[in-house]
Amino acid sequence: MDNFEPKIVAFCCNWCSYAGADLAGTSRIQYPPNIRIIRVMCSGRVSPLFVLKALSVGADGVLVLGCHPGDCHYIEGNYKTLRRIALLKNMLAQMGIEDERIRLDWVSASEGNRFVSIVSDITKKVKALGPFRKNFEEKEHG
Amino acid sequence: MAKLKVALYWAASCGGCEIATLQIGEKILKLAEAADIVFWPVAVDVKYADVGKMPDKSIDACLFNGAIRTSENEHIAKLLRAKSKLMIAYGSCAYEGCIPGLANFYNRQMIFNRAYVETPSTDNPKKIYPQMRVKVPEGELEIPEFYDTVKTLAQTVDVDYFVPGCPPEEKSTWLALEALIEGKLPPKGTVISPSTKAVCDECPRKKEEKKIKKFYRPYEIIPEPEKCLLEQGLLCYGIATRGGCGALCPQANMPCTGCYGPVEGVIDQGAHFLSALSSIIDSNDPEEIQKIVNDIPDPAGTFYRYSLPASLLRRARIK
Repeated sequence: MDNFEPKIVAFCCNWCSYAGADLAGTSRIQYPPNIRIIRVMCSGRVSPLFVLKALSVGADGVLVLGCHPGDCHYIEGNYKTLRRIALLKNMLAQMGIEDERIRLDWVSASEGNRFVSIVSDITKKVKALGPFRKNFEEKEHG
Repeated sequence: MAKLKVALYWAASCGGCEIATLQIGEKILKLAEAADIVFWPVAVDVKYADVGKMPDKSIDACLFNGAIRTSENEHIAKLLRAKSKLMIAYGSCAYEGCIPGLANFYNRQMIFNRAYVETPSTDNPKKIYPQMRVKVPEGELEIPEFYDTVKTLAQTVDVDYFVPGCPPEEKSTWLALEALIEGKLPPKGTVISPSTKAVCDECPRKKEEKKIKKFYRPYEIIPEPEKCLLEQGLLCYGIATRGGCGALCPQANMPCTGCYGPVEGVIDQGAHFLSALSSIIDSNDPEEIQKIVNDIPDPAGTFYRYSLPASLLRRARIK
């Protein structure tokens, strides 16, 4: 699978990370086209359900980006996400899902470069892991 | 009015649902007045071949309990679906996969290894596993195929109604039977339970602000009798579970384990509980948070205790 191009869903919060992604774009910084950005009002809006849903309908990795701790527009939405992803990762490890497929990180509105480096990094790692569904065959019989 | 024809079947489940049907007590006389039981392997001697000979849609309703684990379960589910006007997934196994569904953390080979080789009480040096077919002097014998993945009834055949619970409480069972007897059927796909709200709604314990510094397992603490169990650090699943049971477990000092399935409108009960639970952890420090969540020894098994096959991921990935 040398030519495997992973699909990565990125949930970006409206106030910091999405603006960070925007800055990366307007600054014309190159980054892998593997991510599909979904804008949410706050990273705290990202229910673990969204992550599971993304994986179950074909994503190979999921990125959740929020404001830096202490900077949340809604005071502590990103702390909620911090707790959720910690528990979700513990659970997904039991489900045989590699840690690198899910990443929570913080990107502020001024960190276009940081956004690019995070996206490049997760793309590289997920590419190395291979497609999510490939070894998740739901064998009907046998 | 002609009597209704009812069938009951037991697939991959413990048999508790069979007993739960009898929990309706003397109301069973009302059922006997209104309906004939045409197929019920646990109590009535009717063979599979007899069911095969019944005309299609000749059974008014089938109460099917148990998940789909083997080719026999699947075959009978499809047979009963063809013969029945209404298919009711009765109990958590048929509805969501339940405890047999936890096998979806493994595959067939791993399960066979554990059951027929590794268990300390097993003496099997030649590593003989069950075979689907075996030749004996009298001919070839065949047993049903054991599937890799446990499925729910609705993942196998079209299901009209669901009765949740492990096992369903008397009130839920009677609600379904009464609807059937009186012909007042809810819309297709309804989960038949006296409540559409969470278990907390029925729980008499006092609920205040939820903030948790440490999770406990039931044997580690003696809970205060009137305070919300979740607030005391026990993993009480009530906040993410459909009510209708009357909050029996929390009233007996045991945290809810989630057997009535998700509340109305939720598609993945485990994710829902995970979300609610982690939100109330009382810490903003990454290291402390990690320490607190690590206190939950088996998160996937806890959150999907009754619903792994019905969850979004359905099973664990096996390399």
